[in-house]
Amino acid sequence: MTATVQYDEIEVGHEIPATDYGVRRLNLVMYAGASGDFNQIHWNERFAKAVGLPDVIAHGMYTMAQGGRFVTDWVGDPGAVVDFGVRFSSMVVVPDDDEGATITVSGVVEEKLPDKRVVVALTAKAGDARVLSKARAVVQLA
Amino acid sequence: MALNRDFVGRTYASKASYEVSRVKIREFAAAIGDGNPIYRDRDAAQAAGHPDVVAPPTFPIVFSLQSGGEALADPDLGLNLAMVVHGEQRFEYVRPIYAGDELVTSSTITDIRSAGRNELLTVRSDITTVDGEPVCTTYNTIVERGGAA
Repeated sequence: MTATVQYDEIEVGHEIPATDYGVRRLNLVMYAGASGDFNQIHWNERFAKAVGLPDVIAHGMYTMAQGGRFVTDWVGDPGAVVDFGVRFSSMVVVPDDDEGATITVSGVVEEKLPDKRVVVALTAKAGDARVLSKARAVVQLA
Repeated sequence: MALNRDFVGRTYASKASYEVSRVKIREFAAAIGDGNPIYRDRDAAQAAGHPDVVAPPTFPIVFSLQSGGEALADPDLGLNLAMVVHGEQRFEYVRPIYAGDELVTSSTITDIRSAGRNELLTVRSDITTVDGEPVCTTYNTIVERGGAA
């Protein structure tokens, strides 16, 4: 496997620049189909509101996947992610318009581990809300 | 309604193996908007040192809850699925998942607890090949909003 980030060149505190990921209703429909999660809160506004939500919300796993994408794009190899965990701390509300919502992900190298592994702490926001907390990925570097 | 604590410790094995296909990996990558060629092109994956296309880190969500899903739908558990949101999720890899893998999952309800007005339920899923090689362990916590009220 070929991570493109060299362990020896990364120090604790290294910041990975923020990236924006859009999420529109179409993305949620595609994600529902691909993942098999057809919970109506992710595509049916009428149902979402009936169960007390402000509107349709993104699958937590869609948001987590954007965090994963952020890490794999940084490290250069999807196979380099050896551990990835998050808590879903706030909902991503996705309005039915052309803009949808934006998830902004940034990261910082929090710890260097043995065997050329590092811990990346992620921050993911939608507007002012932190949508992931305790988001950590252990990544195998080169 | 409070969840039935008797379910803690119960294990549910997948009845059939899950065969990871290049087509499904491509579909999943498209759904998360990730154009990485290692998810789509075997040559690109092999150039990166992999035997075949790699599944994205969150891909096991596609199949890892199928065996546990049977438990969540059991009326004796008392879960109102309409009130469920995702609380926490973790994937712990022994090795990446590749197209061509034939995987089986064993899911165990490891914890049910109250947090304020909500009920939290955690499922650990151990994913191995059909030959028993460990591949990935996932931890999934769902929240039933208002379940403990």
